[in-house]
Amino acid sequence: MRRSPKDQEAAHGKLSRRALLLGGLQVGFVGALAARMRYLQIDQADQFRLLAEENRINIRLLAPARGEIFDRNGRTLAHNSPSYRIIIVPEDAGDVEQVIAKLSELIALPPEDIERARAEIRRGRPFLPITLADQLNWEDISKVAVNAPALPGITPEVGLTRIYPQLDDFAHVVGYVGPVSDYDLSKLDAPDPILRIPRFQIGKVGFEAKREDVLRGTAGAKRIEVNAGGRVMRELDRKEGQAGADMQLTVDADLQNYAQARLGSESAAVVVMDCESGHMRALASAPSFDPNQFVRGISVADYRMLTEDPYRPLANKTVQGTYPPGSTFKMVTSLAALEEGLIGPDDTVYCPGHLEVSGRKFHCWKRGGHGHVDLNTSLMQSCDVYYYDLAIKVGIDKISAMATRLGLGTRHDLPMSAVASGLAPNREWKSRVKGQDWLVGDTANASIGQGFMLASPLQLAVMTARLATGRDLSPRLIKSIDGAEQPSGAGESLGLNENHLRMVRRGMYSVSNDRRGTGYRSRIIAEGMRMGGKSGTSQVRNITAAERAAGVISNKDLPWERRDHALYVCFAPFENPKFAVSVIVEHGGGGSTAAAPIARDVMLQALYDGTPPLEAYPKGDRKRIKAQQDRLERERIKRAENPDSDRA
Amino acid sequence: MSYLEYNAKSTPTGLRKILYLNWPLTLLLASVAGVGFLMLYSVAGGSFSPWAEPQFKRFLLGMGVMLVVALIPIWFWRNISILAYLTSVVLLLAVEFFGTVGMGAQRWIDLGFMRLQPSELMKITSVMLLAAYYDWLPPERSSRPTWVLIPVIMILFPTFLVLRQPDLGTSILMMAAGGGVMFLAGVHWAYFAAVIAAGLGLVAAVFQSRGSSWQLLENYQYRRIDTFLDPSQDPLGAGYHITQSKIALGSGGWSGRGYMQGTQSRLNFLPEKHTDFIFTTLAEEFGFIGGLTLLTLYVLIIVFCVATALAAKDRFSSLVSLGVAITFFLFFAVNMSMVMGLAPVVGVPLPLVSYGGSAMLVLLAAFGLVQSANIHRPR
Repeated sequence: MRRSPKDQEAAHGKLSRRALLLGGLQVGFVGALAARMRYLQIDQADQFRLLAEENRINIRLLAPARGEIFDRNGRTLAHNSPSYRIIIVPEDAGDVEQVIAKLSELIALPPEDIERARAEIRRGRPFLPITLADQLNWEDISKVAVNAPALPGITPEVGLTRIYPQLDDFAHVVGYVGPVSDYDLSKLDAPDPILRIPRFQIGKVGFEAKREDVLRGTAGAKRIEVNAGGRVMRELDRKEGQAGADMQLTVDADLQNYAQARLGSESAAVVVMDCESGHMRALASAPSFDPNQFVRGISVADYRMLTEDPYRPLANKTVQGTYPPGSTFKMVTSLAALEEGLIGPDDTVYCPGHLEVSGRKFHCWKRGGHGHVDLNTSLMQSCDVYYYDLAIKVGIDKISAMATRLGLGTRHDLPMSAVASGLAPNREWKSRVKGQDWLVGDTANASIGQGFMLASPLQLAVMTARLATGRDLSPRLIKSIDGAEQPSGAGESLGLNENHLRMVRRGMYSVSNDRRGTGYRSRIIAEGMRMGGKSGTSQVRNITAAERAAGVISNKDLPWERRDHALYVCFAPFENPKFAVSVIVEHGGGGSTAAAPIARDVMLQALYDGTPPLEAYPKGDRKRIKAQQDRLERERIKRAENPDSDRA
Repeated sequence: MSYLEYNAKSTPTGLRKILYLNWPLTLLLASVAGVGFLMLYSVAGGSFSPWAEPQFKRFLLGMGVMLVVALIPIWFWRNISILAYLTSVVLLLAVEFFGTVGMGAQRWIDLGFMRLQPSELMKITSVMLLAAYYDWLPPERSSRPTWVLIPVIMILFPTFLVLRQPDLGTSILMMAAGGGVMFLAGVHWAYFAAVIAAGLGLVAAVFQSRGSSWQLLENYQYRRIDTFLDPSQDPLGAGYHITQSKIALGSGGWSGRGYMQGTQSRLNFLPEKHTDFIFTTLAEEFGFIGGLTLLTLYVLIIVFCVATALAAKDRFSSLVSLGVAITFFLFFAVNMSMVMGLAPVVGVPLPLVSYGGSAMLVLLAAFGLVQSANIHRPR
């Protein structure tokens, strides 16, 4: 097709124009691309750089070592021990089932652990490690390590686990740790991210829980680079955490061990308090349990055994249990009356065996009555009528105030679980809580530590220590934190008349050392070690008129849970009090028979800082005591064979 | 001037032709390919395999093809345009029936030594045919409806085949490139205005049809449009690609994080990092400066093509050169818009840089046409 040169010129010109136009558009678009690139890379660079870092860097927390717990002499109560576990990386293992089968030949793998691991393997990504077995001992882990070449994808790992070498001695004081539960997290407003570390353990009960803040320490962290799939590529850097503070408690492991063993299979509690510093030397609650069981994961059957036991091994009877203090309360009533100036040491009250208060008969424990009774005799023989009479003169509010002053009815701030406040009732309390007026009969009941009156063994020990010293002692459990001594509980003078105190102590001396005293059979005869004490027997039932008519029913004839609680409080040495001890034996019967011997034995153990010489005991008892000492020693040796124990 | 009027004596002959090769253009192409090798080496974590080495071999092969195409007179290519076009159409039909399904689309024919993607070939052969058509057609007729309809059919038929694969990106690119050649050939602007208006109408129809019985696009294509419009809607699902791509780009800053230091690509946050999203790695590791450098190289390549076209004495040479330039431009412009979040993710590679044999070979052959036009220009 021929064309004229003119047409061709025109066509060529048009093409050139349009080519330049299109070229211009293209340059414009490239300009827009460059501008967009500038916007993303220069203007928004910081933001995107941050996003890229967030993409690639994960922060993994490193669990700090938990602070260890020691007794006053440096005996370990709780420490961390390496625990071994076996990790499997499914991707590296190849045939997971075959590896598990080989591993089962080497060590015992619980079938439920294997099932759990299988489920995790199915769910997780193949390169994420999964725990196959936990809490292995060194022998098992060595077997695995030696056979490592035959076990692809298996790695032994070391972590820390909590060990309580004193076994059940300190289960109630120290408590135990356990893995963080959803319930634990729900209680916190802003949970420490450390709690999200898998298998991280926190204090669940007791001191471990109460001083979690100090024991836990602070988490370290490592920054790791991960890829889009979440696989760890490398560790960028790490900052080690700070281990929790080591704690030294005021308790004496040997004394605690003795007290726990001495209580044996009774449902009972002993508290030993230092009269100089307020240090708690022992807080024994029986029966107890092995906290190591809880750390490892207690079986359902074992747990049910603990919860269904009528002796309530999980309850901490020393601070949590409250009981009518019974006759151990009589010092409070006497002191209130003395301070009010209502009685002198020689004033007597006639006890015919009962007292009629607003039309109701209040009985003395001795049906025939004590005859004429003065303050000293009333304490020594524990005459009830004397106190009915006294209390009605003094009034409940004065008695209640004195009780509070001596440490009853108020919550002592000890770092333990469920510290009870007990109850020292007064008029205001009854109208507020019960909506009823206070009756004179209530006062009569309260005067002998019955009725509404409730106290924990801890409170009774504090009361005894305050009576013994006249000072406002406060109980203390922490001796030092990371080597720094904590303030003692030695307080100022209570401001009570020293003569009045002396009279009350004199009565307590007679309880233990006068042959008519209720605690005479459980006395200490070593010179300079003699004690002052007071027995108590508190009713957990009302004696019905029918029962009374039929004659007093012996405790032995009653079912266990209806028998009286046996109590005893004491301090020694009488001239220079060092320790105050309180004992309660739940449904143990009479305080002088069930509680006093325990209190005396524990007191002697504390006074001699070890097994006391037989010469400290009354002559007639020595043979029996020797047999008891031997039996306890045999039990101690037997317990030491437990693998968690460090007792030699 | 038709090829018959070439003064044979005024065009170089024999090996002297090599001297007339557009060396700056050759060097630019090699530079861009070099950037490609660098990046492929980097995204493989500092390794020649699996991408950099095969890419380099194909580049050498492609340069050979370009040289052969360049040395053969441009009028020969004009004469076989229709044959080349028909061959491509046959291959596209063959893909339809015997193709291999890859990445959710049926695009390849396995030739044994390499996998041929006929749609890549089609892009160039349709440009060739259009150029030959307008070389033959007297310019005064080019705006008449009948003579407009013929090239439209030439464009739409293969476009339809590509769309069926389905490959939305390539089909849009083919239409745009064909339209560009028609515009350059002097077709009246009113046609283009009409097409653009119709295109906007079609977009509206596409959105209207969604979910109805006459739905025009596949669901995944709709989802891509959705996530393009709002990547934050689904940051871990479909919007993930765009979001991660922008993060990689943006974190590059002025000068980048350093060669092989790009965390986004190194740690696999980037999708398709060796093909469609390779630019993000470049921008992450070499920053704004690196990105701008590549953009400049691309612009220079286009400038050389346009210069060749303007200097050419015949319409075929001009139109082919410009058509190649437009195709090339559309490739990188769409790819970059996509990774910068300016366009939906449509699966268009970055020319000469992305890993891929067919695209590389076909593009270099196309530049061979431009070179041939340059060599065989009467002087």
